[in-house]
Amino acid sequence: MYEDHVRPRQRIPLYILGGIIMLLLIVPSMIVVPMSFSGSDFLEFPPREWSLRWYSTYFHSGTWLDATAISLTAAIFTALFATILGTLAAYGLRLLGRGLSPLLLAALTMPLTVPVILIAIGIFYVYARIGLVNTMTGLVLAHTMMAIPFVVVVVFSRLQSFDLNQVRVAESLGSNPARSFILIVLPQLRFSIISGALLAFLTSFDEVIIALFISGGSQSTLTRVMFTNLRDQVDPTIAAVASMLNVISVLLVVVFQMIEARDRRALSKSTS
Amino acid sequence: MSTATLDRDRPTPDQLRRVTSRERWRFLLLVLPALAPVALLLILPFGWLTWLSITDTAGQVSAENYILLAEQPATLKIFAATFRISLIVTLLCALLGYPLAYMLAMLPPRIAAVCLLAVILPFWTSILVRTYAWMVLLARRGILNEALQDSGLIDQPLRLMHNEVGTVIGMTHIMLPFLILPLYATMSSIDRAYIRAGASLGATPMRVFWKVYFPLTLPGLFGGLCFVFVLCLGFYITPALLGGGRVQMISMVIERSVTFNAGWGPAGALGLILVVMTTTVLAIAWMLGRGRRP
Repeated sequence: MYEDHVRPRQRIPLYILGGIIMLLLIVPSMIVVPMSFSGSDFLEFPPREWSLRWYSTYFHSGTWLDATAISLTAAIFTALFATILGTLAAYGLRLLGRGLSPLLLAALTMPLTVPVILIAIGIFYVYARIGLVNTMTGLVLAHTMMAIPFVVVVVFSRLQSFDLNQVRVAESLGSNPARSFILIVLPQLRFSIISGALLAFLTSFDEVIIALFISGGSQSTLTRVMFTNLRDQVDPTIAAVASMLNVISVLLVVVFQMIEARDRRALSKSTS
Repeated sequence: MSTATLDRDRPTPDQLRRVTSRERWRFLLLVLPALAPVALLLILPFGWLTWLSITDTAGQVSAENYILLAEQPATLKIFAATFRISLIVTLLCALLGYPLAYMLAMLPPRIAAVCLLAVILPFWTSILVRTYAWMVLLARRGILNEALQDSGLIDQPLRLMHNEVGTVIGMTHIMLPFLILPLYATMSSIDRAYIRAGASLGATPMRVFWKVYFPLTLPGLFGGLCFVFVLCLGFYITPALLGGGRVQMISMVIERSVTFNAGWGPAGALGLILVVMTTTVLAIAWMLGRGRRP
């Protein structure tokens, strides 16, 4: 199947070029990891002496730890709400069929197509009037809106291959819609729902611009503290934070790939 | 007689229609809770901002904000910078993204899956972390400058950040996965029989690539480029940090207008122009993408 008219040897220049581009994609964010173990007052590469001092600074700093707690709390609640609302919406779209659903899907995915800076000032404008600036409620509400499209897209695309006759059979046998959704639809969607929840968590945890406008003081998110730090004066602690965030991304990618592989296996088993 | 009872039990078309419409309302109720935040936090404030942009300080409808924008010489510079940076980044993404996507599509699936991680991992890494990494690399006394000076290639450190050069480098790194992923999806769905057909008819590999393969990848390439361009137009984080205040793009002017002067009118006007631009590009991409599909 992969025997082409081009001999593998002729592809070597392409492989070299592709390899360089792959390195350009990965190496930059990885370079902060060795630097974070520097023992001197400023960051250097490679470090002349190694130590954990910047990690120790992080774990002893109220500002950094509080901001991390705020970000984690917001991300967990966002993942929870966005997953529930997004999954229900995706199921509703599937049931509605061709007529209305493209329009509703476009409306639901608007947060992905409108520039975030505009969404941010819009939310700031509303929150300033109803007193939701610098509150956890406001932050979670805004991030939930940003995260719902990811859940909807992931779950809805999985629902495309879902046979609605299963629900009709259940209901003709006396099941009610809620019961058939929980017993028949949800189990088949579990992998997509977990993927969607992961994406929703990350959307909130990594979100910068909205948090810059509507989170502040004791409610500052980790990204807000990092952003102001990078803009005003760079504190070497940020290298430790960035390294830990790198490790988290690697872990999330591994988990995500595993879920996708299991979903594919489950799908091929159910169709064969 | 039996047919009469059957007819009586059978629902009339009118009843059926009523049941279906009641069902549709129930389905719609599943979607509405997810739609509520969008209506409340996106559509409503955007309507407000639009209204503020077309009224003056006294609350009268006027084009004042737009006229002021058009009269300021800075406006032209901001739009020029936004378009210049976005175009260069999009072009660089095409130059770097196409070969990598092509290589991934040519590799055996198992190896391609591993190599694809190089694209997916940055995608999952915080934009702040990646921007910080470039600050470390490009700074005056950063890794790149030190390395170049140690090797004797340059005497004075190069100015690689706090300008458009650094902004473009950082943005390209962040946008690249957004181009590669859709492009790779297009490429891996291309039937290889076309390539073999071209080769068996005597075309050289180069000719097969340019005459057969490349045209087939154009829809994916174009869609990805439009998406990257739109994301660039409204991008804030990387230009704000790597530009060091010297690079002014539309998004940064909007931010400054709101945080420093509470200038909702001018910010709304710029925002409306930005949305019209991005929607136009997306609409063109969508129409061309639909037109190409058989």
